[in-house]
Parts: sequence; C-alpha cells; structure tokens
Amino acid sequence: MNKAEYTLREFYEMDELADRRSPVHRFSALSKLAVTVVYLFVVVSFDRYDLTGVLAMALYPYLLFAMSGLTFGMCIHKMRYILPLLIFAGIFNPFLDRNVWFVIGSVSVSKGWLSLAVLIVKAVCTVSAVFLLIGTTKIDAICGALRRIHVPSMLVTLILLTYRYMSVLTEEVAVMTDAYHLRAPRQKGIDVSAWGSFLGQLILRSMDRARELYASMLLRGYTGEFPAEKQKGDSRSLIHALVWCSVFLLLRFVPVIRIIGTLVTGGKV
Amino acid sequence: MIEFRHVSFAYETGYPVLQDVSFTIQEHESVGLIGANGAGKSTVMKLILGLLFPSEGEVYVHGIRVSKATLADVRKMCGFVLQNSDSQMFMPTVKEDLLFGPLNYGMSRKEAEEKADAVLEQLQITALKERYNHRISGGEKRMAAIASVLTMEPSVILMDEPTSALDPYNRRQIIQVIRSLSVTKVLTSHDLDMILDTCQRVILIGNGTVQADGPASAILRDQKLLEANRLELPLSLQKPVL
Ligand SMILES: Nc1ncnc2c1ncn2[C@@H]1O[C@H](COP(=O)(O)OP(=O)(O)OP(=O)(O)O)[C@@H](O)[C@H]1O
Ligand SMILES: [Mg+2]
Repeated sequence: MNKAEYTLREFYEMDELADRRSPVHRFSALSKLAVTVVYLFVVVSFDRYDLTGVLAMALYPYLLFAMSGLTFGMCIHKMRYILPLLIFAGIFNPFLDRNVWFVIGSVSVSKGWLSLAVLIVKAVCTVSAVFLLIGTTKIDAICGALRRIHVPSMLVTLILLTYRYMSVLTEEVAVMTDAYHLRAPRQKGIDVSAWGSFLGQLILRSMDRARELYASMLLRGYTGEFPAEKQKGDSRSLIHALVWCSVFLLLRFVPVIRIIGTLVTGGKV
Repeated sequence: MIEFRHVSFAYETGYPVLQDVSFTIQEHESVGLIGANGAGKSTVMKLILGLLFPSEGEVYVHGIRVSKATLADVRKMCGFVLQNSDSQMFMPTVKEDLLFGPLNYGMSRKEAEEKADAVLEQLQITALKERYNHRISGGEKRMAAIASVLTMEPSVILMDEPTSALDPYNRRQIIQVIRSLSVTKVLTSHDLDMILDTCQRVILIGNGTVQADGPASAILRDQKLLEANRLELPLSLQKPVL
C-alpha cells in the first residue's frame, strides 16, 4: 500500500465510522448539525483569557465520545495534520502578550500562556465537535440537513462533490504513483522532472473521473435535492438538540466552574 | 425507441469521431453496438444520454429530442452501465448506491429497499449488499453497478461493456439477466459471443459511420466484414481448428 492509498483508506474510514450504530448515530442529521453549529459559535465566542469557561465546554465532546463509541484518539489521529498548524498559530502569544498572569517565586508567567492554553482548548473542542459530527453522520445525511435549513443546493452539491472528489483525487494519486514506481523501481520519490506532467495528468484524470461520477449521479435522478431522511425517534433528536443548546448557553453566560469552585472552597481562595 | 438522425460528433474540431450516423432502434429491441477500440461506441451511448451533444444532427429517445431542456425526461427513461464501474458507484456502500436512484425518483424508503433486495436476488449478489464500495473487487463492482441501474426500472438500458472484468460465472449470470429483461437494450462489447447470445440486431461502427446494420446472426457470421473492422468471428461460430 503506498502513502496515497493509506490516506485514502483513512478517508473512507470516516464513511465506515459514520455507518456504525450508537445512540448518537441515531439522532437525526439536522439535530446534530444544529448542535455542532451552535457549539462552534459558543466555543469561539469565549474571551481569550477565559480558560475555565472553555474548559467547561469540553463536557460536550467528552460525553459524546463516550456515547458514540468513537474515541478522542481517533479524532487526534485523523486531525493530526491540522492541530500543529493551530498550535503554531498560537505559539507566539506568550512572547507577544507579556501582561503578567501570575508569579511563581521570582518567575512571572505572562498572560500569553493563558491565551495559548485557551486557543488550544478551543481548537481541540471545535475539531472534536466537527469530527463527532462527520464520524456519526453520513455525508449525504449532512447534505440533506443542510438543504433542509435552506443552504443553497448549489453549495450543498459542491460540498458533496468535494467530498467525493477528494477520494477520486487520492485514488488517482495512488494509481499513478504505483504506475510510476513500477517503472522506476529504484527511485524513492517522484523525480522533479516528472512533477509537471504528473500534476497535469492528475488534474485531467481526476477531472474526467469526477465528471463521470457526476454524470452517473445525474443519470440516477440527482437534481441537487436529497430525499428527506426519515428517522424514528425524532422527538429524541429534538430533545438532544434542545438540551445541548441550553447547556451551551448556560456554560457561556454562567461561569459554572468558577461557581462550583467557590462553593467547594467556600470562596476562600 | 432511439433514433439517430444524421448525427456527427467530434471531441476536437478537425477530428470527427462520428459522421452522419443514422439508425433507429425500436422499442423492446436488443441491439449490439460493435466496432474496434476507439470506433465511437461509448460516444454513441453518451449521445443518447445527453452526456454529449451532436455537433450536427439530432438524437431522439422515445420521440423526445435530446437537448439540455429535455435531459431530465430522457435520463429518467434510460439506465446506463458505465464502462468504468469505479465512476458509477459513488455512495459508501452497495446498498446505499442501489437506493440512490429510486429514492431520488420519489420511491419510499421501504419500496426502494424491497426493490434493491429483489434486484440483488435476481443477480445473486445479496452477499454484496452491506459491503463497502471501496472494498469490493472490480467484477463485484460491475455486478453492483448493473444492479444499481436495474433498481431504477428504466425503459431503455444501455450497457457499455457489461461483461468485461467478469468471471465466467458472473458473465453467464449477466447474460441471463440481460435476456430476461424485456426493455429496449443497447449493449457494446468486444465479447461477440455475448452479443450473439443477447442481441437480435447488430450495428457495426467503423471509420465514423455505420458499416453494417442487420440481424446479429448474419453480421456476426460475416468474417470478411468483421475482419475489415478489426473484429473476429465469435468463438461459437468459429470452425474448430483441430
Ligand atoms: N474526452 C475525449 N476527448 C477527446 N477524444 C476522445 C474523448 N473520448 C474519446 N475520444 C476519442 O473518440 C474516439 C471514440 O471513442 P469511444 O470512447 O467512443 O470509443 P469506443 O468505441 O467506446 O472504444 P472502446 O472499445 O475502446 O471502448 C476515440 O478515437 C477516442 O480517442
Ligand atoms: Mg468504449
């Protein structure tokens, strides 16, 4: 298996995750989509020094990982390419933001460290939430839900095609690298001189494939609309959505962790 | 009914693929399109489905002229098995692929599932139902692709090389299924024995035009004509060498 095929396999595995069964998988796509969107907004809206606030928001992914049978490890593994970018984006905070947070002995810790921590927690929370959505909901169900909240069908088709196109693209890369290495067995990577034609071929081939795929969707009646998903227990989905959205708002506007802290310590800190 | 009226087509100007092609396929007829590699068989199919449009002439399906405006109507009547099954299956699992068409055309989920089960049964590939499309073999994918078209109950079925990549058992299976369908059928293949088994009529394409059009039994016996078009007699009609 070459590298591209490995990536491809991982990509398909998202489909397989979404095909598992769990209470979370059974909620309607619409309710999960709504919860995720509200969650993202709430998490992002926390102040950049409000560490206890965002930490409390970790409750949602924590519980959902437990309920869905997915693990945080899987999430980190799949998202391993994105996380370093985020950390890189925040790594300079401690040096730029030199306001004093607290002092240990003679070392003063700048508030930049605090905002870096908040940034990382935010990143982990949002990435987990998105992973939980796509890991428990099939892409076409998500697209159907997007249509139901009146996202333009053009945009939804684009999302669906991008999703399918990514796999087409990686498949072509896999086939082409294999073909290349079979005829250049001693070479490690792909020689620079071949990059141009390799890329050009790749684009042409994957465009052709994508066009055929799209044609075969059209031939089977695809019009940009999705047959409405019918799921039983829709009241459960509704409750799921309502409960979580209220929890998010509560956590956003009431400093729950600080209150608990105060109660436990009797406010003596 | 499918009608080509003086159709010409070129992918690139100056390199015509089809020139002044005319023929009429009646309802319930089964027709084999044959010709050398690159003769233009797949192109003919794509013209019928409105995946391509003629540069001159017209194509009609059931009396409707194929054009941008009529695509939805034309495609609803036609089922197409692509030469490359990888491009045909786009849902994660075989089952969902089979449901895609019927659900889009407004069948209820229950009806669609019953339909899918019946087709899987008919093709004897029930075992593939829950499998993931990226984890089945090329031939299995072909069987699944054929199933995905049958679930839509089209009144015209177009199959581009349906038996390539199939093992002898599945090949026979498909031949049986094709014979049992009473809809209009257009097949392309280099497997002339399969054509002989399934088609009453053959249209031979070469040099951009129709070289011959007539009963399969006559054309597929015409060794000179076939060889002039880089084809050979079907094995079953060849005289034993020994
Ligand atoms: N997208 C394209 N762009 C340019 N030329 C094309 C394209 N697709 C096919 N052709 C050319 O058109 C001609 C007919 O192709 P077509 O695919 O219809 O042949 P075919 O009879 O189906 O062949 P095969 O038996 O190999 O499947 C060929 O000469 C081919 O090179
Ligand atoms: Mg072809």
